[in-house]
Amino acid sequence: MMETVKIAPAKETTTVPVARKKRKWTADHWLATAFLAPSVVLIFLFVYGFIGWTGYVSVSNWNSLVPDWSFAGLKNYQYLFQDFRFQADLRNTIVFTVLFIAVVIVLGQLLAILLDQKLRGESLFRNIFFFPMALSFVVTGVVWQWLFNPSTGVNLFLKPLGLDSKWYTDTTILGGFQWGKIEFGIPLAMIAVMVAAVWQMTGFAVAMYLAGLRAIPDEVREAARMDGATELQLYWKIILPLLRPITVSVIIIMAHISLKIFDLIYAMTGPGANFVTDVPGVYMFETTFRGNYYANGAAIAIVMLLSVAIFIVPYLISSRKGES
Amino acid sequence: MRKKASAWLALALGVGMALSGCSSNSSSSDDAKQGSQKAGEKLEIFSWWTGAGEEDGLKALIKLFQEKHPDIEVENAAVAGGAGTNAKAVLASRMQGDDPPSTFQVHGGAELNEGWVAAGKMEPLNDLYEQEGWMDKFPEALIDMVSKDGNIYSVPVNIHRGNVLWYNKKVFADNGLQPPKTFDEFFEVADQLKAKGVTPLALGDKEPWTATHLFETVLLGTLGTDNYQKLWNGELSFDAPQVKQAVETFKKMLGYINEDHSSRNWQDAAQLVAEGKAAMYVMGDWAKGYFVNDLKLKVNEDFGYVPTPNTDGKFMVITDTFGLPKGVKNPDDVKKFLALLGSVEGQDAFNPLKGSIPARIDADPSKYDEYGKQTMEDFKNAELAPSLAHGSAAAEGFVTKVNQAINIFVTQKDVNSLIDTLVSAAAELKK
Repeated sequence: MMETVKIAPAKETTTVPVARKKRKWTADHWLATAFLAPSVVLIFLFVYGFIGWTGYVSVSNWNSLVPDWSFAGLKNYQYLFQDFRFQADLRNTIVFTVLFIAVVIVLGQLLAILLDQKLRGESLFRNIFFFPMALSFVVTGVVWQWLFNPSTGVNLFLKPLGLDSKWYTDTTILGGFQWGKIEFGIPLAMIAVMVAAVWQMTGFAVAMYLAGLRAIPDEVREAARMDGATELQLYWKIILPLLRPITVSVIIIMAHISLKIFDLIYAMTGPGANFVTDVPGVYMFETTFRGNYYANGAAIAIVMLLSVAIFIVPYLISSRKGES
Repeated sequence: MRKKASAWLALALGVGMALSGCSSNSSSSDDAKQGSQKAGEKLEIFSWWTGAGEEDGLKALIKLFQEKHPDIEVENAAVAGGAGTNAKAVLASRMQGDDPPSTFQVHGGAELNEGWVAAGKMEPLNDLYEQEGWMDKFPEALIDMVSKDGNIYSVPVNIHRGNVLWYNKKVFADNGLQPPKTFDEFFEVADQLKAKGVTPLALGDKEPWTATHLFETVLLGTLGTDNYQKLWNGELSFDAPQVKQAVETFKKMLGYINEDHSSRNWQDAAQLVAEGKAAMYVMGDWAKGYFVNDLKLKVNEDFGYVPTPNTDGKFMVITDTFGLPKGVKNPDDVKKFLALLGSVEGQDAFNPLKGSIPARIDADPSKYDEYGKQTMEDFKNAELAPSLAHGSAAAEGFVTKVNQAINIFVTQKDVNSLIDTLVSAAAELKK
């Protein structure tokens, strides 16, 4: 019932099926192919080719400065999944991704709905929320590193109030239980990192939701009001469900940012005491370029790729189905 | 028809641009080759010396070199950040791509020998040492650190001492304390300071090597130089009782550090001592440069220094060296630069600015400050030990694993788990 008002992207023009029927290659087709060919070749070589290359390195024995291409099987992966640091990384990534996406979606919807109330100075607020997006994660990381520094940052205000958080230096794992070699739970230090990431990325979600809200025709709201829906019901039962496609996009975009995050962590906290803020990206960098464990590093990269693929591939499949 | 023609024109233009892009590249490299016959290939000096002091030292060296060899063009290819780790990443990819810099900074010891020399990427420099008469100008133990199987592979330019305990003079005087010489004295002093509400020992392990640095000084102090050396060639196992004792001592020391250690880097931790919030700090003597140049403190007035507990007469060596990679087009120019690096003149131009001491034993002490003079004297007489945290004692891969294990240990303080990790990492070391 709700799906009928789906805000779908503009459908492609109908010229394609027509051309397909004729199967006659015009100059336009030749030209299009000629122009596309270089980028297709380059993408296959430099993206998919190197993904394959990384996969190959990850099953080799190349764990020193001298390349060693002999086949190692899954040894590098076995090592990783038994490694304290990598297990901690998996925990941190899962916790960070879930919290980060949840908070960005909730805040993004809330702020977008508030901005959509036709208030004065809307564009000013929109810009204020959107500006952190213009910063690089490195800048954000350095700023929040000092804000959340337990001895010099926001604690200077909080201490007189009796609050004395250790922020990203806290090694507590909330709700921890033994899992492999590590304690699984929510590392409190990760919450500080999450706040910084949310600060930067919420504006993006706000912009997307705002666009979504603007695309909902006024008739829908009016019809609901005519039927006697309260404002709360209107948003909860009609507007928010209509925004679902936007939420899917936000999740996809945020998930691939948070699963691959490196710069923010590297600038803000580093691996952290007991690896409470370490993520696969940082581990991959350190083990490859500091420890010269190239095969282990490649294995981490492949695990990261697969974790992103879990989100992206179903999305691609479903959006292809939607098209045809 | 016209449309088609214009389209083909556009395509031709595109292809043409791509081709001209290639050809302009190749022509510029041709230019470089032709230039090299006339004026010599660029001498590219690769390092991570971008900080205050060290950059000045490098520039002084380059200036001196250009005065002597105005015909050779020099390029200062320094990569900033991460105490050299960023530079090392760049270096690794260049070396593997057979595009080595003319000469590069590398720590003497395993980082050189187990890394680039073992990979077959370095040229031996024995003839340069003979020609310059260096064999008795550098300490023998130091030449051993840059040699493998009888061949010498790099020229040490400076020496830093790793086992230094820095202390705030005012805090010690106010509390009537003497700087500790042994571990027992250290813990006595630390207890008294703790009772007075001063953090006894500063640590900043946002980058985990600082904790490894502290640990290696405890290892050296507990094991003595001979046994410490034996750890690295496999004659002494990491599950030996002395190692366990060292780990226990290290664990006890961690009970006296500042709470926010994991948010600080080494400079931030040094600041705690400078401000009198913490009393003692174990760090290499580049910390002196930070105290004096950045924080404007005075040696032996604001802060003092002693060897870390039980390491009097021992010298944890960190030495920056430069070598000659294989496949360099201008080896003779590189050797000219290395000859200058190893000369008294070169070492005395670089080291006073960098705040390190010369690697040669016959340099001019009058050019160095009070700390430098005393350290030069110590260097001549002390037993030399290679630093683990700075890549001299063991290969980078081992150091990375130790850093990880120490990082976990600082929080969990599980002695047996640390020793297990050290033992299994060392098994890999022997291969």
